[in-house]
Amino acid sequence: MVDIVDSMPSERIHGAFDDTDTITQTRNLTAGSLLAAMHAAQDKLGWLPVDSLKELAEHLQLPFSQLLAAAEFYSFFHTHPVGRWHIFFSDNITDRMAGSEALMQHMCQRLGVAPDELREDGAVSISRASCIGMADQGPAVLIGKHIFPGVTIARIDEMAALIKQRVPVDNWPLSWQSVQSNLRIPGALFERPIAPGMAIERLLAHGADNILRMIENSGLRGMGGAGFPTANKWAMCRTTDASAHYVICNADEGEPGTFKDRVLLTLRPGMIFEGMTACAYIVGAKRGYLYLRGEYAYMIPELERCLRNRRQAGMLGESIAGLRGFDFDIEIVLGAGAYICGEESALIESIENKRGIPRIRPPYPPVSGLWGMPTVVNNVETFANCTRIIIDGPEEFASQGTQGSKGSKLFSISGDCARPGIYAMPYGTTVTEALVACGGSDACAVQLSGAAGALVSRINFDQPMAFESLPAGGSFMVFGPQRNILEVIASFMQFFAHESCGFCTPCRVGTEMSRQIMERLIAKKSSRADLELLTQLADLMKVASHCGLGQSAGNPILHGLSSFKDWFDPDIKEDFAPMANIHSVKVPL
Amino acid sequence: MVTEEQISIDSVEIPFHAGETIMQAAYNAGIYIPHLCYRPGLSVHGSCRMCLVHVNGHEKAACTTPAATGQQIGNCSEALRQQRLLLIKMLFVEGNHICPACEQSGRCELQALAYDLGMTAPDLPHFQPKRTVDASHQEVNIDHNRCIACAQCVRAGDEIDGSHAFALSGRGIQTRLIPNAPSGRFADTAIHASDAAVAACPVGTLLPKHRGFNIPIGQRIYDRKPIHKLAMEKGYIHHDDTAGKS
Repeated sequence: MVDIVDSMPSERIHGAFDDTDTITQTRNLTAGSLLAAMHAAQDKLGWLPVDSLKELAEHLQLPFSQLLAAAEFYSFFHTHPVGRWHIFFSDNITDRMAGSEALMQHMCQRLGVAPDELREDGAVSISRASCIGMADQGPAVLIGKHIFPGVTIARIDEMAALIKQRVPVDNWPLSWQSVQSNLRIPGALFERPIAPGMAIERLLAHGADNILRMIENSGLRGMGGAGFPTANKWAMCRTTDASAHYVICNADEGEPGTFKDRVLLTLRPGMIFEGMTACAYIVGAKRGYLYLRGEYAYMIPELERCLRNRRQAGMLGESIAGLRGFDFDIEIVLGAGAYICGEESALIESIENKRGIPRIRPPYPPVSGLWGMPTVVNNVETFANCTRIIIDGPEEFASQGTQGSKGSKLFSISGDCARPGIYAMPYGTTVTEALVACGGSDACAVQLSGAAGALVSRINFDQPMAFESLPAGGSFMVFGPQRNILEVIASFMQFFAHESCGFCTPCRVGTEMSRQIMERLIAKKSSRADLELLTQLADLMKVASHCGLGQSAGNPILHGLSSFKDWFDPDIKEDFAPMANIHSVKVPL
Repeated sequence: MVTEEQISIDSVEIPFHAGETIMQAAYNAGIYIPHLCYRPGLSVHGSCRMCLVHVNGHEKAACTTPAATGQQIGNCSEALRQQRLLLIKMLFVEGNHICPACEQSGRCELQALAYDLGMTAPDLPHFQPKRTVDASHQEVNIDHNRCIACAQCVRAGDEIDGSHAFALSGRGIQTRLIPNAPSGRFADTAIHASDAAVAACPVGTLLPKHRGFNIPIGQRIYDRKPIHKLAMEKGYIHHDDTAGKS
């Protein structure tokens, strides 16, 4: 039997915190320890055989079924053997537009393996992954903790050659793995770096009440997409009486086409951690977690280094800035490929060592979050902005944007444009203005805020992007006139079907039914009944689903049917009646 | 004295206690709201969504929504029937439910509720997934073809007898029921036919052996009366042919 437990680096099992939570005192189980243990086991073994899960279950004192259930939930854990080189091709629509599918077929051919299958010798397997956060430099490939952006046929050949020579991916050229930041309009977050500790100094000088008021006066709203007023969330958490409070930074940036958090985590980790620290001071939290999407594992060494530096400088740990009682530290929890874990309650479940199934809400996390304790969950960009606001005061932030959406926002622009990358633009910027900035003016459509957002057609390009109008979550994918809108919509439905947690009926089944119908539509094997069903499914998912994922999963279809109706019509065969459909098909006489 | 608060379901005022959900309040008042994953005595799951109701005009799941004074709740409209009908059809689409050939016909809540909502035949393209039957256990079969992922067995195992016999595993449409055994075989769990987890199954996934067709189809519990009537009768035990016989 494989000895997993001894090989696990102890700091990743037990976390940065020495004292375990009361709730888990009797177990070798703390926040994120199941994910960490499974990552460690898989790093050693390449996949997670039953014996390894059994051993981990015994070590963590959990039912075996909980381990298997979690392992089967996350895309990056493998309960069946995969290749020693297991290659993921990012499968976002922007990757596809840049030729990812042909590249993948080429690699399969070069290495003699079919997609989603294990080569006979066990060396290679190749499959697709949801957007890995490189939409500005696709097509991108993920192998273990290594990301290869901007892949070409020539690069695929080079990679295949290294695999044939059995060179471990850890020894592949670093130049192939250079992720660009592509700052096109940097904005305040990137233009003016802060000296570490500046916001903490201000915090102690002004006191928690004043700083909270500052955040409130700035008008800052959550920048992960939902737009909940940040100060309200903090105040709610602060006033909820409990034995512990927690601060979580949501770095599970999974919305297709978004990569702004990637750039913040790369260039401004200190600002993010400082924002979390300020929040901890205000709500009274001793512990914080950065929930980092599995795709961004390559960032961990730098993020850990930043945390170490801050601990050494007295900006994390006990008696921060010399103030007795101001104790706070941050631990990184690494996700494993599950979009749903960007939903805050699913994220909390994931940290609690379970499958990432969204909770029933209310209660909301500021009242009952991690281990049932009041918890602030904010997006990376939100925390970074908090630091900026604490240093600059609220006026500068509030002077930008619209009445209902204050401030400036980082947009991740990708797709058919001359200059993909990061654009800091105030809320209220119109689609046209953004298209001009990025060199994508001939676009016929733009997908805003990722798959869950809105597919916008030319007639709405003069609309502003803000919480009160077009969604402004940050992802901005440009589609030129040559693109097939049905393929765009189909790719999003495929995404939702792949990423649905499977908890509730409408989303679990509805996303898969919709995916299949879109496939039939593209293959021109569809019927009028299919189109009616597609509409009914989208409507039902919107109102009947358990969480935001399911409620927005029908958006690409609903927006497509309202703004791009022509795309759907010619493909419908009026006289095609599938055998199975005995009621709803009107067969022309 | 506790002041009674009230909600209105289809214009009927009913009382509720603070902390109750709409489903609990309706149950106590003898009003049936369709459901498959809800079960009094188990924690609330909220996954099947069959209990979709209109609360002040907005769709909510009755089993997860707290009752609050002044709520105007719609439960019996044609619009809701249509929505629930599509939901239950989706459960048929994702599994393999061959009612005429199923041992559980007549005592299956999925079938009973489908009839209740007006579903008479499958009319959507079905997934027809390849699913397995685990007949390794001496007393109980697991037929994965019929599982609707309601997690009643999971919750009963966790909350009633602490057996942790089951879990829902996987993600999305690949969600599946697993027994708590590294071998993956049901026989290697400590479960018995009399366990709460087995009795909890509202469909035919967990099916006790050695009693096949002990009551002829046609004389079973949901053959006698529609589920919306039976479920509100005194002494009703779900899918128990002997309970609540009037």
